[in-house]
Amino acid sequence: MSRSRKAHSWRPLKRTMNRTDLPGLYIHIPFCKSKCPYCDFYSVTETDRIEEWLQALLIESRYYRHDFGTFDSLYLGGGTPSLLHPRQIEKLITGLRDVFTFDDPAEVTMELNPDDVTRENLAFYRSLGVNRVSLGVQSFVEEEVRFLGRRHTSRQGVSAIEAIRETGFDEFSIDLMYGLPGQSIRTWGSILKEALSFSPAHLSCYQLTVEGDTLFSRMAKEEKLKLPEDSRQADLFVYTSEYLTGSGFIHYEVSNFAKGPETLSRHNVKYWQHTPYLGLGPSAHSLAGKKRWWNVRDVDQYLESIHGDHIPVGGFEDLSSSQMNLEKLLFGFRTMWGIDVRQIIPPPARETIRGLCDSGFVTCHDQNIIPTLKGYLFADKLPLMVS
Amino acid sequence: MKHIRNFSIIAHIDHGKSTLADRLIQYTHLVEDRQFRDQILDNMDIERERGITIKSQTVDLPYVDENGREYELNLIDTPGHVDFSYEVSRALASCEGVLLLIDAAQGVEAQTLGNLYAALEHNLVIIPVINKIDLPVADIERVKNEIDDELGLDPETAILCSAKEGIGIEEILKAIVERIPPPTGDAEKPLTALTFDAQYDSFRGTIVSCRVFDGTVKQGDTVRLMSQGTTYRVEEVGIFRLPREPQKELTAGMVGYIIAGIKTVSDIRIGDTITLDTYPALEQLPGFKDVKPVVFSSIYPIASDDYQSLFDALEKYKLNDASLVYQKDSSAALGQGFRCGYLGLLHLEIVQERLEREFDQSIIMTAPSVQYRFYLDDGTRLEVDNPLHYPDPGSIRSSEEPYIKASILIPERYVGVIMKLCMERRGVNSHMSYPTPGRVEVTFDLPLAEVIFDFYDKLKSLTQGYGSFDYEITDYRESSLAKLDILVNGEKVDALSILVHRDNARERAVRVCDKLRDEIPRQQFKIAIQGAIGGKIIARSTISAYRKDVTSKCYGGDISRKRKLLEKQKKGKKRMRMVGNVEIPQSAFLAALKTDDE
Repeated sequence: MSRSRKAHSWRPLKRTMNRTDLPGLYIHIPFCKSKCPYCDFYSVTETDRIEEWLQALLIESRYYRHDFGTFDSLYLGGGTPSLLHPRQIEKLITGLRDVFTFDDPAEVTMELNPDDVTRENLAFYRSLGVNRVSLGVQSFVEEEVRFLGRRHTSRQGVSAIEAIRETGFDEFSIDLMYGLPGQSIRTWGSILKEALSFSPAHLSCYQLTVEGDTLFSRMAKEEKLKLPEDSRQADLFVYTSEYLTGSGFIHYEVSNFAKGPETLSRHNVKYWQHTPYLGLGPSAHSLAGKKRWWNVRDVDQYLESIHGDHIPVGGFEDLSSSQMNLEKLLFGFRTMWGIDVRQIIPPPARETIRGLCDSGFVTCHDQNIIPTLKGYLFADKLPLMVS
Repeated sequence: MKHIRNFSIIAHIDHGKSTLADRLIQYTHLVEDRQFRDQILDNMDIERERGITIKSQTVDLPYVDENGREYELNLIDTPGHVDFSYEVSRALASCEGVLLLIDAAQGVEAQTLGNLYAALEHNLVIIPVINKIDLPVADIERVKNEIDDELGLDPETAILCSAKEGIGIEEILKAIVERIPPPTGDAEKPLTALTFDAQYDSFRGTIVSCRVFDGTVKQGDTVRLMSQGTTYRVEEVGIFRLPREPQKELTAGMVGYIIAGIKTVSDIRIGDTITLDTYPALEQLPGFKDVKPVVFSSIYPIASDDYQSLFDALEKYKLNDASLVYQKDSSAALGQGFRCGYLGLLHLEIVQERLEREFDQSIIMTAPSVQYRFYLDDGTRLEVDNPLHYPDPGSIRSSEEPYIKASILIPERYVGVIMKLCMERRGVNSHMSYPTPGRVEVTFDLPLAEVIFDFYDKLKSLTQGYGSFDYEITDYRESSLAKLDILVNGEKVDALSILVHRDNARERAVRVCDKLRDEIPRQQFKIAIQGAIGGKIIARSTISAYRKDVTSKCYGGDISRKRKLLEKQKKGKKRMRMVGNVEIPQSAFLAALKTDDE
């Protein structure tokens, strides 16, 4: 393989409906300067291991070189991808391009932490073919940013967005969190308004959730952290959706909004369509057909496997058709594409579907049932009512 | 016959009956020490957990005294709970003497008294044994005083023992031989053998435990069960060694078993007399009773398609428990199930636990009920143990409910709270006696229905565990009854209906509504829970709607976990029953049974 440096040959993205059948490639960069108290993605703070991890990841990639065909998305997630030196990002992307075939254009997304962002870095990422960035702003309110344990300031969040716009990234996404203890609708509304003032192509708005093994979950157990009641959370959720759809956004997934059909996250949509994806790096998950597997959730074990010349897979499952069905329901009620009832076997009872329609959870379109906003609110419950 | 002794051990729960039995077995070398499994007689899990004997076992202990004389000591084990008092009485009728076991720390308790009276009724020789003398809190002098004052026995005859430590075992064995008379009887007379137990064996059918009073029985004889007139051909007779040991014959005075191709234990009545078909006795042995259930409740499978499996399980269970009766029942809310009759609340709990544990059934049990009597305008008398069969209230002229005589033994300081408890439970005719200074025996007439809910638990907690309780059913008394219905979102859940005394209706309704409110998970709409008598709502609680059930993130690494959670919830849904559009979990049905605030 030639070590092509012609990264700029990646063409800019132009597309209409950003939902494709080609597989996606996810790279998990499991390093952070510090752990955020709400986040349960796998990461470690030993940044001196990045170089070793990078070598290993490129070795791992070769195990799959013949298995996935052409990718049309690459997603650098984490952890904190922007913690890597730009040269390491370069080495990563060019290394992957040596091993895999990518469609042209492909969607290449990189997650960024505001305090890592410089115009220089951004320009360099662009030269490597990164055409979409996702910025972890979380909030524009200083005390909220601090409550969330972020290492940036609200000011840095704003500067980072400005830098991104100035570097010519039309497609950028902003990550925000809401439903923080004591947060009023008014405060949250002002945050959304500020976000929109930067004309992002995409917004991810996550309701603060207490997840598995995090500082927040320990605090919640000790009753040192109390999230808003569900009725308040519901109000915030509805507000978010109404505010953003009122501003022209498409609420295409529970927590995701796109400015237009062409700017929804092509890569993330694959997760909700059973489109194949390959995940590389510790804890990354992959799907091919009915097989799903995941890597060990531990950098040491990951490296050990690679050094011992075996794939660092920690587990796998062969999805039965009923499991596939259940996942289709799970995804269907979370996304605007809804559920094609012909694909559910056995199909849900007609009266069940009518009941969901009558209660306003879904709208029925021929063989498709599409969740309403109320449906999104109960997306974790509805699969049980149908199956 | 002179070398035979037939005896029982009687004791209040937890006073160490099983441990003593084990020591006796061990001492007489019936089993090798290394084979000895603790508490051989209590061989059901539930028994071992609760420390009580439910199903009695009998064992024949070979004993050689210091002069080299050989004896056969038949230890006839008895169930240790008031629910099984008839079985206890038949076991006692098979003995000439008893060891009355008293805990050195607890002293005489209600059941000790009850047991003593039962033993006296059968003119048995009583050997008081003070157990657990090794305990630091043992108070032997106090117990001796109680034996004197409360039991009216000579405290000097009491043997001191620690079954756990093996102290006093030899002395007990000696006393059995010396104080308990050998059985009397005539081997030439027509056979009379008292059946005091029956166990099911999947290879041999029913194994009947009996005490032969007169006559002889051997393999090949045709025997007749006198209360029913059925006849069987004897396949094997023998004595209860570990394991069973076949004998040529059983003769007058002996305790042993008969195997005679009797298919199920339900074909045998405890207390029945076995005689020879060709040379029959003229009269049955006295004391035979057909035991009737006193507590009733329905059992439904949680998933209605498990009905057949529950049916099979009950049939199998019944093979070894003749006292359980059941018939088909059906509820609009829960579908097909069974109405079951039990000897008491403990019996009910045992059935429930064994069905779940040993037979792997997931069941919903309805609130226990007693059998009420309704006298209707047209002159008929209706016996109703199932709220579903409550007659049209307009046609009821009068109604009655069963009463018990409860006897409660407590330290004096608890008299106030216990009086209050009994009054709350509609107790009347209270009577108090002071068997020893500081201790009070309180007797009350109480409606049985008031006792089958948490009465015993309540008594225990109010007296910090010092109170003990015994009862017998006495009579039916007039009572004003009503049927309390529970409605969930306007729909009547018939399986939650209960028959209650009118004065208690509102209080009960409020409690059940509150319990259900706590147990039924919030759903995406508001749920109203109401208690009603006739059409009149007398209690109400509400479960507010939840408004959101969705998690924020669902990316590559979340999917499998989320799906697994859904799979788990789907399984959990099978443990729910839909009533209208409301999902009611099994736990809610169980909680509704408890009236307690805890």
